[in-house]
Amino acid sequence: MATTDITHDSLARIIAANRRTDVVMASIGILVLMVAGTLLGAVFIDLLASGWERLVNPDFYTNFPSRRPAQAGIISAVVGTSLVMLVTAVIAVPLGVAAGLYLEEYAAKNWLTDLIEINVSNLAGVPSIIYGLLALGLFVYGFGTGETILTAGLTLALLILPVIIVATREAVRSIPQDLREAAYGLGADKWQTVRLYVLPAARPGILTGVIVGLARAIGEAAPVITIGALTFIAFLPPAPLQIESPFINFDWLTSPFTVMPIQMFNWVSRPQAEFHINAAATGVVLMVMTLAMNALAIYIRLRLRRLQR
Amino acid sequence: MQRQLNTLMNEQFDDIPAPLGEASPATELRAEVRNLDFWYGDTQALKGVNLRVADRKVTAMIGPSGCGKSTLLRCFNRMHDLYPGNSYGGEIRLFPEDRNLIEMDPGLVRLRIGMVFQKPNPFPKSIFENVAAGLRVRGINAKKPLDERVEQALQGAALWDEVKDRLQESAYGLSGGQQQRLCIARALAPQPDILLLDEPTSALDPIATAKIEDLLTKLHKSVTVIIVTHNMQQAARISNYTAYMHMGKLVEYGVTDDLFTAPREQMTSDYITGRFG
Repeated sequence: MATTDITHDSLARIIAANRRTDVVMASIGILVLMVAGTLLGAVFIDLLASGWERLVNPDFYTNFPSRRPAQAGIISAVVGTSLVMLVTAVIAVPLGVAAGLYLEEYAAKNWLTDLIEINVSNLAGVPSIIYGLLALGLFVYGFGTGETILTAGLTLALLILPVIIVATREAVRSIPQDLREAAYGLGADKWQTVRLYVLPAARPGILTGVIVGLARAIGEAAPVITIGALTFIAFLPPAPLQIESPFINFDWLTSPFTVMPIQMFNWVSRPQAEFHINAAATGVVLMVMTLAMNALAIYIRLRLRRLQR
Repeated sequence: MQRQLNTLMNEQFDDIPAPLGEASPATELRAEVRNLDFWYGDTQALKGVNLRVADRKVTAMIGPSGCGKSTLLRCFNRMHDLYPGNSYGGEIRLFPEDRNLIEMDPGLVRLRIGMVFQKPNPFPKSIFENVAAGLRVRGINAKKPLDERVEQALQGAALWDEVKDRLQESAYGLSGGQQQRLCIARALAPQPDILLLDEPTSALDPIATAKIEDLLTKLHKSVTVIIVTHNMQQAARISNYTAYMHMGKLVEYGVTDDLFTAPREQMTSDYITGRFG
């Protein structure tokens, strides 16, 4: 029998070979997944075990930093991180989504748009400390916004803008042309088509990008140190909400602050071992905050999908 | 104006018997394609097409793949304007106001001329919102007129009885045939002057196809229909007039029964007898 004949046996051999390849690839995949999962789990469990005695103490969450490790808490870092993330999200999400939409739906497809797109993608890979230096020169000295929550929010917003822009573009691009033609065919103009049909359909993808961006921002220490965040702060910014009219104030924007990664870094670099316990506990809280943000995004995405399908 | 129209009509429709056994009054003209050229970039896809579209009749366009029938259809609502590099020559005049739609604002053209596509493309929204979409685009947002016109359109598309209890459910839960009728309802709701259908049944099974054909034969009493189909039997069954296209040119145009029983052109004859295409 010539080897070029297609017979039942020759086909069966091909199937068997394909099946072996599948098993090998699946094994490699599971192995890699296990390495990654185990590492993450090990880090988390190690932090949890190291920081346990502080994590179970309610004072840890309500106290300010202190010279005495047993009394030091993370309240100022938690509040600082929350407010900075709020500013970051409020600035980066609308800007990033608008820029992504413009590039994908409105901009003429020419070399200039291509150049901008390549640059935006590259910006996502620029080291975060560069953004810190930029912000120090531009915001702190140039605009005189000082070493404040506003500056930190702006800096981290710059940092994650490319991520959100790229994610928005990908999400918008993946919307089938059918859907746009259906909308245009009804007489909808561009903005109606984008607002009523393209944007809602792209929302899950955009949301993923927003979360990836915010999760990156929440863990950044370098750019925030560069713009001059404090490492020891014993008071909270003014509350954004108040009982008296006008019920809302923006004084907190110009308040000095610290964030979780800086607090952690500060404690890690102390010689006393007790502070290292605090650092580990802070790490756990930071990871939980990030995971909570991801969980929220998944929840919103599932909700949106249920509404759409 | 009316006399001018009748003159235009007489040239081509004079010797035409009342189509499909209807006691048809004098047929009026709804649109006329005059010497239309169309280019995708440097490629000419339509070459000097002339075609008259009778008011409240079904006009079918048939021809082999790539003959330009879909391209011609998409000229009617300026879909080509969505993509760069396309250009038109010639005219498509809309009656009774006698305006060239190639020179009108494309958005305005699409507000007047509805379209149903080859693949059902409902929006990822509720059944109600799908049908209401065209009305909302036209600024109709009050509940009562929306409710009324959505029901009217769904009844017009023979879908009302199947969906009236699930209007708030997602349109993606409907079958392919139901989705396509939903798209027809969506296009009908704003009461377009002309309804364009681009191979509307090519993605559907025979039963769903039969339902849509049945619907189309009823529709043309209230709306002018232009349908592109690769299915000659379909054109023969549902249309009053048929145009046969080949290589971007209109080869033959006439009353459907005549074109299928006694084609004037050899090419038409070859195509409808299945010798090529």
